[in-house]
Amino acid sequence: MSSTQEAALASADHPTPRRYAGGGLGTYVVRRVLSAAATMLFVLVFNFFLFRLLPGDPISLYTRGRNMDQEQLRELRRELDQPMLTQFVDYLTNPFSSGVDSTQFSRPVWDVIGDYVWPTVILLSTATILSAVIGIAIGIRGGWSRGGTFDRVSTGTSLTLYAMPEFWLGMVLLILLSTGVGPLPGMFPSGGTITPGVDKWSLDGILDQLWHLFLPALTLTLAYLAEYALVMRSSLVDELRQDYLTTARAKGMREKLVRRRHAVPNALLPTVTLVFLNIGFVVSGAITVETVYSWPGLGLLSYQAIRGPDIPLLQAIFLLFSISVVVANLVADVVVAAVDPRVRA
Amino acid sequence: MTPDAGPAGVPAAAVRSPRALRRARQRASVRRFWATYRRQRAGMAGLALLGLFLVAALAAPLLFSADELEVTKATGEVLAPPSKGYPLGTDEAGRSVLALVVWGTRVSLLVGVAATVISMTIGTLVGIGSGHFGGWAGGILERLTDWFLVIPFLPLAIVLATVLGSSLLNIIVVIGVTSWPGTARLVRAQTLAVESRPYLERARVLGGGHWHQMTRHVLPNVMPLVLANTTLTVAIAILSETTLSFLGLGDPFRVSWGSMLDNAFAAGAISAGAWWYLLPPGLCVVAVVLAFTLVGRALENVLDPGRR
Amino acid sequence: MSLLRIEDLSVTYRTSEGDVPAVRGVSLEVEAGTSLGVAGESGSGKSTLAGTVLRLTPKTAAVTGRVLLDDEDVLSMSFGRLRAVRWSSASIVFQGALHSLNPLQRVGRQIGEPIRLHDPTLTRRGVDRRVGGLLSDVGLSARLAQSYPHQLSGGQKQRVMIAMALGCGPQLIVADEPTTALDVMVQAQVLDLLTALVRDLGVGLVVISHDLSVLATTCDRVAVMYAGRVVEQGRAEDVLHRARHPYTRALSAAFPTIGDPAARFAPRGLPGDPPWPGDLPSGCPFHPRCAEAEDRCRTEDVRLRSAPDVPGQQAACVHVGAPGREVAP
Repeated sequence: MSSTQEAALASADHPTPRRYAGGGLGTYVVRRVLSAAATMLFVLVFNFFLFRLLPGDPISLYTRGRNMDQEQLRELRRELDQPMLTQFVDYLTNPFSSGVDSTQFSRPVWDVIGDYVWPTVILLSTATILSAVIGIAIGIRGGWSRGGTFDRVSTGTSLTLYAMPEFWLGMVLLILLSTGVGPLPGMFPSGGTITPGVDKWSLDGILDQLWHLFLPALTLTLAYLAEYALVMRSSLVDELRQDYLTTARAKGMREKLVRRRHAVPNALLPTVTLVFLNIGFVVSGAITVETVYSWPGLGLLSYQAIRGPDIPLLQAIFLLFSISVVVANLVADVVVAAVDPRVRA
Repeated sequence: MTPDAGPAGVPAAAVRSPRALRRARQRASVRRFWATYRRQRAGMAGLALLGLFLVAALAAPLLFSADELEVTKATGEVLAPPSKGYPLGTDEAGRSVLALVVWGTRVSLLVGVAATVISMTIGTLVGIGSGHFGGWAGGILERLTDWFLVIPFLPLAIVLATVLGSSLLNIIVVIGVTSWPGTARLVRAQTLAVESRPYLERARVLGGGHWHQMTRHVLPNVMPLVLANTTLTVAIAILSETTLSFLGLGDPFRVSWGSMLDNAFAAGAISAGAWWYLLPPGLCVVAVVLAFTLVGRALENVLDPGRR
Repeated sequence: MSLLRIEDLSVTYRTSEGDVPAVRGVSLEVEAGTSLGVAGESGSGKSTLAGTVLRLTPKTAAVTGRVLLDDEDVLSMSFGRLRAVRWSSASIVFQGALHSLNPLQRVGRQIGEPIRLHDPTLTRRGVDRRVGGLLSDVGLSARLAQSYPHQLSGGQKQRVMIAMALGCGPQLIVADEPTTALDVMVQAQVLDLLTALVRDLGVGLVVISHDLSVLATTCDRVAVMYAGRVVEQGRAEDVLHRARHPYTRALSAAFPTIGDPAARFAPRGLPGDPPWPGDLPSGCPFHPRCAEAEDRCRTEDVRLRSAPDVPGQQAACVHVGAPGREVAP
């Protein structure tokens, strides 16, 4: 059969596919953004009704455990007496309006939240980056030398760390390294972001803040890296079973190159996705760990709101956390689509 | 072939009814399953550990009388390190930490298992439903699962627990109701995989209704995965209970490991260096969660031999 | 001088359940410009055999014997020499239907990979041109280089595997189940392509398949494997139509030639399953399923014997040739 005949048959076999690179990703991202917007709407609706439809008089819910002065009570009653629909529309048009002030601080809730955001951002970004990088590295090394000593030790350690409540780990670290037990010196501060009286922006101040950041960041990093190490390892082990690695070896590729160019990049995908999808749990970790370390962030704020209970504040924090998770999930979806062409199809 | 013989010469007496055959097959597969599981060392260790905790939970009243939990009846020194009468020292009220830890086992295990039952039931129903029913109904269920997955667990649990109030039942409900989406998604994926197999199409053509398909075909194929997932869900439920109790949302009238840690924290055990108060409850949580995780992983290995 | 000579090759996998002999003393020869078909069911050891040509067996496998590629033993080469030989002297066409292609990389890049490995001096443009040329050689549009594996049909993927195998101009190509999972029309195209390659490029071709009729149309010689051994070999036509070994006869009857009246009367189907390599029967491994088995088949293991009337044809059966006139494998 001549090559022209073969070519003709080939095109009849299956039409030449379009280039998916640009167009496919664009449409996919648009679809995901719309989906995220829909989810956001759901979150807003859910948030609104959660507090209004639960059992009990809404007034008592807002004022439980707190003495509000008459003026506030009247304001609150006026607002809650409006028809549900009006309240709903008001809420949807601007969920960030103050509405009711925080009962503990007597200030608009979003003002309060604004004061506490930065410490949390610093703590969580440090912990997320460190845990992702270290966890993935451990996972790769363990997955490749499957069954070896490193693998067994790291898997065992990861499983144990994963089983630990992160706040307990925090308390243990505090008692070991801050209070000092037995021979261990108490060299780390027991809480807060900075020693009182030190200038935040001076060199001493910065070092002091890093010193304060160390233990809480260590706690969260240890807590998170366990899961990343485990997932990366198992994902790599799964990838090592694939046939295309044999093809690569048959082509004369050195084993290390097979690893670097084929196995690891493909195995990395689920783990990186997980880092973003985990934001929900990262947030939970922040709440308890900040409490233990008296770290003045949103987590500590949540704890205080629970103790109140400060319902308006809780509602606002809940909304903020939910939105962060939606955004993080969206980022995860886009990252996956950018890397895995099968998803875009 | 004589009319009263079974297939290929088997005497008639040995031919069993379909139900008996199925039971025999099930028994054989269970035996095979156990034989494979037994070879997983980590899984066996996990089971042994779980057994230990189960015994401790059941035997708690025999080992330590309920009086030891009463703050008013405490006889020990406050925050005292381990000594002869108090192997794990005392708490801020003078109670024996060992007694508290053993009794705490009951709450942690109870909440973990009960919440998981709720979560697995809802998750499996929604998962199979969203995987089996196409179009409208399935789409809604799927959307619901995805949306609930987005809401971060702890804030939601905190909100629910704050509003519902702290009691044992509420905690169980809160954890159960907030952790079903993970299972649902897993079950849905498995249902879709099962449903694409040809024999299910045959079942439909032969007239099998929705209920029949879901219970007789999909469920048995989905159950093994659900089982492995259950143990991991219990592990997470116990961690959740510990966290919620630590935050003060647990049942105030019961001792749990989380509430012990909350009390320890509030009483300044850290700065007082009272390690005997902080370590045992946490170690117990780690041990139980680790045990469930090991069992779960061993189950996964048995079900998917490629991983071993 | 043969292009490929396999001498008394044995491959035994060490598993937790004991040793599993996948290949037991196989000897084969392929000349340049000819094609050899290796037939057999799953578990016969044919895929393992394919891998040994480039020493791709897992580390847990014990391999003895020699695999001579251009008179160099692949099994005892140094790693460096092996990596140079892989793909440039001989290459393997893996089954396109499986995950033999990296799903996250474009096809063109994967075809160009061995070219770049073996000749790092080539520019990017040079490699791309070569890849385009290879794609058109196998009857595909050069633009397909930009696609990802999941965007291609089964037939296209198989052709891509062939194009990839040609990348470094090998003298020997081993095609492992090149037509499985393809529909008949596409099968024919792929087979014609392979035949054309042998004819035009003068490469040696080894085709591995469970489908005897596929091999009969494409190959000059055919070897039939059962339970890790070659039980019959000879000219393709002889093996297909005048098979001496009972197993071969059953195998060719399972793929009847439409329009051939003799095929209608051939024994149909074969009871039982191929033996599990870790638990082989005594004596001749085929005797439990053989319609012509005698008592001695249970105790005597038979090696290849020459068929007295047909030159070049051998079968491992007591009914072939005369006892005592056994041919050394």
